[in-house]
Amino acid sequence: MKILVKGGQLVDPSQEINEIRTLYIEDGQIKSYPRGTKELEKDPSIKVIDASGKIVSPGFIDLHVHLREPGFEHKETIRTGCMAAAAGGFTSVVCMPNTNPVNDNASVTEYILLKARTEGVVNVFPVGAITKGQKGEELSEIGEMWEAGCIAISDDGRPVMNSRVMRHAMEYAKAFGLPVISHAEDLYLSSGGVMNEGFTSTMLGLRGIPNASEEVMVARDITLAELTKTHLHIAHVSTAGAVRLMREAKKRGVKVTAEATPHHFTLTDKAVLSYDTNAKVNPPIRSKEDMEAIKEGLNEGIIDIIATDHAPHTEDEKKVEFDLAPFGISGLETALPLALKLVEDGILTLTELIRKLTFNPAQIIKSDRGTLKLGAPADVVIFDPNKTIKVDREKFRSKGKNTPFHGWQLSGQILYTVVGGHIVFPT
Amino acid sequence: MVFERKHILGLEELSSDEIRLILDTAESMKEVSERDVKKVPALKGVTVVNLFFEPSTRTRASFEIAEKRLSADVLNFTPTESSVVKGETLLDTARNLEAMGASVIVIRHAMSGAPWLLARELSSSIVNAGDGFHEHPSQALLDLFTVREVKKEISGLKIVIVGDVSHSRVARSNIWGFIKLGAEVRVVGPPTMIPRDIEKVDVRVYYDIEDALEGVDVVMMLRLQKERQESGLLPSLREYSRFYGLTRERLRLAKEDVIVMHPGPINRGVELSSEVADDVHSVILNQVSNGIAVRMAMLYLVASSGGNA
Ligand SMILES: [Zn+2]
Repeated sequence: MKILVKGGQLVDPSQEINEIRTLYIEDGQIKSYPRGTKELEKDPSIKVIDASGKIVSPGFIDLHVHLREPGFEHKETIRTGCMAAAAGGFTSVVCMPNTNPVNDNASVTEYILLKARTEGVVNVFPVGAITKGQKGEELSEIGEMWEAGCIAISDDGRPVMNSRVMRHAMEYAKAFGLPVISHAEDLYLSSGGVMNEGFTSTMLGLRGIPNASEEVMVARDITLAELTKTHLHIAHVSTAGAVRLMREAKKRGVKVTAEATPHHFTLTDKAVLSYDTNAKVNPPIRSKEDMEAIKEGLNEGIIDIIATDHAPHTEDEKKVEFDLAPFGISGLETALPLALKLVEDGILTLTELIRKLTFNPAQIIKSDRGTLKLGAPADVVIFDPNKTIKVDREKFRSKGKNTPFHGWQLSGQILYTVVGGHIVFPT
Repeated sequence: MVFERKHILGLEELSSDEIRLILDTAESMKEVSERDVKKVPALKGVTVVNLFFEPSTRTRASFEIAEKRLSADVLNFTPTESSVVKGETLLDTARNLEAMGASVIVIRHAMSGAPWLLARELSSSIVNAGDGFHEHPSQALLDLFTVREVKKEISGLKIVIVGDVSHSRVARSNIWGFIKLGAEVRVVGPPTMIPRDIEKVDVRVYYDIEDALEGVDVVMMLRLQKERQESGLLPSLREYSRFYGLTRERLRLAKEDVIVMHPGPINRGVELSSEVADDVHSVILNQVSNGIAVRMAMLYLVASSGGNA
């Protein structure tokens, strides 16, 4: 497929480009930035997209999604998850290993990649489990998973509580250049908790998860990253204290990066008043001070990327007592409009925002994507940042309709998502 | 004033006028309870289901008597054995009861917020008979009723709630009720049992029971669950009762006409020394009989409210 994207505002932070520029795609690659397009437009084999007034950027890369397959296909499949990603402007997703079976060996990794090749419409990069069965005890066969295509290791959904195991995992991962993604949660401190600990949990009579549960583990893992000199990536930062620890660690030159999710920089724990299980997520949505600190962290570059922690669940699973509902928000299809609010509020420039959705996540997983450099894989997104949309969960491609943003009026609409030179959205 | 609510879920969402209306209605219901024929036809033809997921003989019996005095058709449903074991969800259970004709569901559930789920998804009136650590509106209303009966006026009173406030729905509902009616509320207990940020609702927090008792009109003792020791919140019941138990000497720090309340059942020698427990027994029995009148008022008001017209 040949595509000519004409006259759009091309924003590519990897090359510091932010100007009106035409893009030509051929053979799955970024082929050229043509000046005159008359000749190309005459060629009937070229699909011409008029992008004037729209933003053209590298396709987004989501470093944190749960595709649920294998094992939980009623919640999401690789196919539906990829379709949701495409609808959200994501051309690559990094999928967490808490499937059933757990992605803790090369055969599961191969299964995921095979499924992704045959049924997925975006690039899928699996994360291998740190420990067998995510039990936090014995290391998985990290080398073989790396060979099979895993780009990072994590026990996401669970922390590695045993510090010695975590230390060895970080040391071991270094041999393969894999970053270690930490789901920072002290299970003793969070035990039984279902929401943020604070005034709102006191009012609702729900067990709280204190900020300290995240912060003691962020502090531990930063210390271990320092000891092992391994790249540590902190998933879904939710507290002001974690941002403070990150700031201090980065200042000292520790190899650590971090992500924030749209729900953590958009909502406060008041979202669960009335026991809305669609806002039940781990780590929990926290106080206003925490939310502001995350925005500051994004603004200062302490938080490197935006990731969704897309965690689809069925409606039946969520329509139960708050204590019984599973944690998670379906996030792929609301990420861009929520993130664009950061631009509107002056937290990030559009270039900075796009950097956190493209080039920065690509750097963390050492991918050649997240850029529109000539010769790079043609992963491109075209969006209208000003178009008003109303979030309608019934229209989600994801099987997970579990969003606390249903009915919200936001700005930002994905117009086209192109993966490897193929238009995957709209279909 | 007309009661507009379809449900009574908690005291947090009730206004002071609504609370007063319930208490005033309970006064007329108490008159009914003192008649020879203790029955009025107010809920004739209305099916009320008592859906109790937690065993609570007292509260359930009190609701049941209240329902029968209002001439309702009463169905008791204790799903512990049947449906929960089969994996039926709360919503499915409640929907089945609604299909059988229930128009008021009185629910007791171990998880906070369960009544809100029913209120959102069903068309029946929901009355919360206690949810998790969250609210226990009928208990708080009967406590308010009892205090008002003895003290005539709640506004200006000083009340102290003693014990495990963190895990107490009785405490939360009473805090809202007493604050809304103009009382000064204090809580006292070991810091492991005082919930985060409770002072933000204008409650004064104490860790020393003697300081907290100084000059109060009402002492409300909470029941201590023995599991709290296992979960590491307490070193021992013995130490708890030494530092937070109510003794006759400690009670002297309160006002002379202080009343002591307890939602029952009492752990003698833990929350209250035996002598105090016997002293206060009369008020506790008042609480029990007032409970019926208050629950009659709650059921009557939701069943005949604008929300159900
Ligand atoms: Zn996680």
